[in-house]
Amino acid sequence: MKDLTDRALNLAETQGASYADVRVVQRRTQNITTKNGVVEGLSDNESQGFGVRVVVDGAWGFASSAVLTPAEVDRVTALAIQIARASALFKTHDVQLGPPAVQQGSYHTPVVIDPWSISLEEKIGLLLEANEGLRATPGVMVASASLALWRENKTFASSEGSFIEQEIVEVGGGIEALAIDRDTGEVQKRSYPNSFGRDQRSEGWETILAMDLPGNAPRIGEEAVALLSADQCPSGVTTIILGATQLALQVHESCGHPIELDRVFGTEASYAGTSFLTPDKYGSFRYGSDIVNLTADATIPGGLGTFGWDDEGVPAQRVPIVRDGIFCGYLTSRETAQQLHDIVGDGAPERSGGAMRADGWNRIPIIRMTNVSLEPGEWEFDELVADTDDGIYMEMNKSWSIDDKRLNFQFGTEIAYEIKGGKMGRMLKNATYTGITPQFWQSCDAICNEDHWQVWGTPNCGKGQPSQVAHTGHGTAPARFRNVQVGVMK
Amino acid sequence: MLGEKRIKEIADSILARSTADQTEVVILSSDSYLTRFANSTIHQNVAETDTEVRIRVVLQRGGEDGAQVGVATTNDLDPEALARTLESAMDIARVQPRNPAFRSLPGPQPLPDVTAFSESTAGCTPEQRARGAGAICTLARDQGVVASGALTTATFEVGVANSLGVSAYSATTSADINTVIMSDTSAGYAAALALDVDDMNFEAIGREAVDKCLHAQNPRSLEPGEYTVILEPYAVQDFIQMMSWTGFNAVAVQEGRSFMVGRMGEQIVDPRISIWDDGLSPEGIPLPFDFEGVPKQRVDLIQEGVARGVVYDSYRAGKEEGKSSTGHALPAPNSFGPMPLNVFFAPGKGSLAEMIRSTERGIYVTRFHYTRPVEPKQVVITGMTRDGTFLVENGELAYPVKNLRFTQSYLEALNHVDVIGAEPRLLPGMGGLGRDSVPALKLNKFRFTGATEF
Repeated sequence: MKDLTDRALNLAETQGASYADVRVVQRRTQNITTKNGVVEGLSDNESQGFGVRVVVDGAWGFASSAVLTPAEVDRVTALAIQIARASALFKTHDVQLGPPAVQQGSYHTPVVIDPWSISLEEKIGLLLEANEGLRATPGVMVASASLALWRENKTFASSEGSFIEQEIVEVGGGIEALAIDRDTGEVQKRSYPNSFGRDQRSEGWETILAMDLPGNAPRIGEEAVALLSADQCPSGVTTIILGATQLALQVHESCGHPIELDRVFGTEASYAGTSFLTPDKYGSFRYGSDIVNLTADATIPGGLGTFGWDDEGVPAQRVPIVRDGIFCGYLTSRETAQQLHDIVGDGAPERSGGAMRADGWNRIPIIRMTNVSLEPGEWEFDELVADTDDGIYMEMNKSWSIDDKRLNFQFGTEIAYEIKGGKMGRMLKNATYTGITPQFWQSCDAICNEDHWQVWGTPNCGKGQPSQVAHTGHGTAPARFRNVQVGVMK
Repeated sequence: MLGEKRIKEIADSILARSTADQTEVVILSSDSYLTRFANSTIHQNVAETDTEVRIRVVLQRGGEDGAQVGVATTNDLDPEALARTLESAMDIARVQPRNPAFRSLPGPQPLPDVTAFSESTAGCTPEQRARGAGAICTLARDQGVVASGALTTATFEVGVANSLGVSAYSATTSADINTVIMSDTSAGYAAALALDVDDMNFEAIGREAVDKCLHAQNPRSLEPGEYTVILEPYAVQDFIQMMSWTGFNAVAVQEGRSFMVGRMGEQIVDPRISIWDDGLSPEGIPLPFDFEGVPKQRVDLIQEGVARGVVYDSYRAGKEEGKSSTGHALPAPNSFGPMPLNVFFAPGKGSLAEMIRSTERGIYVTRFHYTRPVEPKQVVITGMTRDGTFLVENGELAYPVKNLRFTQSYLEALNHVDVIGAEPRLLPGMGGLGRDSVPALKLNKFRFTGATEF
């Protein structure tokens, strides 16, 4: 491997690159989907290739290929150089990467049970058992259970002298029940342990065992059917307690994305948009109440955003984002860290916070979330409910939407429960809530403690052109928010 | 490009080696280039060459219904890697319980003689793409605003072969551009899709977005509520995509969650509305066959307001008596199901100017952002407006407004059609493969439920 990476880097430098890096990535995935007692899809997928990123004449170029031969390395490197020169035709400034980031080492996701050692028969058996449990309740029309395995071996080498090898392993699993009323056609859904098919972690098979998909399946099926006859979530302004998985997506959408510094600087404007967290707010803006603390941490065990080095070769780090409600940190790259430092001075680190991640060999790294988490608070969940006189508990995301600066959002959850006089009461369906990001987080007045805190996985975060999918992690515990508009759907 | 001969060699070598009862090989080879710009400069500029070989094997125990099906993919074209991948697919198939609903891979059918290949697009250089992007950046800078966007040119080859005799090959090209132009208080958007990159007028595309941005400066707040809306084609495309996702496909119908369930033959929207999928139409960018090698068929989804049909692949067709694949399979195994990828929304006779002139009070929307289904049976969708939203009063664009959130049943909205636009736009569609042709629309009733600060 080092022969190929050295070849690319040497050629890039001789052809005029002031900076070059190469990533060689081999990815293997396995996906199993069962539906209504049948294996609907089972595939084993392998993809490998390399990408060369260069700065020439002060501008970026990137080219990639699936063919790992010296001749192809030569062609692709030359193409990257040509592309960079074309970029330079319309440049307005030169790329500045800041101080060199020279790193050598290796990282492997710690796993207890290698998920690739588990037989297909055992995996299929687990899912079909869960399927059966979901369908035990009459009225469940579609019962799904799925598993996803992931292994990525990547090598990073740069013209500054970095050489890093990493192996990232992930597992994901989940169940979903769709209940459909034959008379009205109404559809209700329940999922476990997370929405849209699965939760995912950078761990081994032990995670899937801990999920106990078959053990939870009957309850999920029952709840899906019960939702059909539940009362509609009322409309109004009230107190809500968000369950941990819904809160994870709230953090992802309303915090994780607006702190991506490339969005702030306008480089994602043509797709997902920009951010309301402009640099003038850095260090002073009240993002949330005093008890809100958010952190981006690429070192948390088991997080989907956990690694040894990012895809620019910068070490994984823990970066404070919001402290005591005040906005104080971004997700950064080498280039954007420099730009921020130029704007705010020594109040911002000059070096990257290590958030550049690429979706495979054929994509450039762009700023992505690592594990962006809400730090735990002080409350026991039962005590939080008991302390709530009038409100709604909402859990498990069903729909999500937010504007292109990450301010106005609307979420829907699968299930909700009315809280009256400190007690959890009737089940509610079609619960939705909406708000404006800083007003919402400023209304947070209670967060559950470490006993209720867990890192959840979002394996389907889309960004960039061409499109890239990132796997991000979010640690959350249930939390309470006041004066929230609920029941938006007519 | 690998070329038809090489693709056929790879497929034939796998078919010859396979001991499965049925075998399918799908080869997707691409050369794609994307030049991206932001802050009126090219900041990302990328190229990719890849070939994916997807092998599906079917084991049918003699006399029993159903089959065991395994899929494995690789992008390593070395014969040993291909042999390993075939064996992996076989291993997967062997350990599975039988799927009683799986009938068969499709057999060969005559393939339409349709090409969608442009030498100019295939040969487009980094310098040419840079000049296209640069034209928009320069225009924006001259007007004191900021350009961002992405220009893509790509060549795709698809080869499908199976042990029943299917042998299909197609090479296509496409070029697409989108741009968002921003001022301190506003934004404008434009997008275009073409077979031939030389047909793209980058200055005109840039001008469309720049003009929208300039007109949308200093937006005012507007109370949410129910309004008449005038939707540009960019916004109307979301109706197609959401309705395709939630209901125009056989999986959604078979699972009971589609809005088409129990309503075939019924009037579900305004009788002036017809929506169909036609992968062979030269009005779009044609694809001759799907990812099982089945020729594309025209499927009328809604015809004069009446629910008429949904799209099928061979597996979902096999689950219903009398149904056959309509040529809408995606690469196997495909839990999402078949999808319409070449959707046409019949144009009418109106123009955007007439829609504005005929509106006493309403909202003009350029496009929607981050739309998501809230409830599938009524196609209740929530999302934001973006990149140019205006209040219309007394037949004129009165002033720009801050972006609004809507929560609205698209089915209900399509029952309140006032005018359908005459000139459809061809736009990039779902998942990078789709192409949709959509007109503008004026709807008399559309519900906005919130607003944002810009």
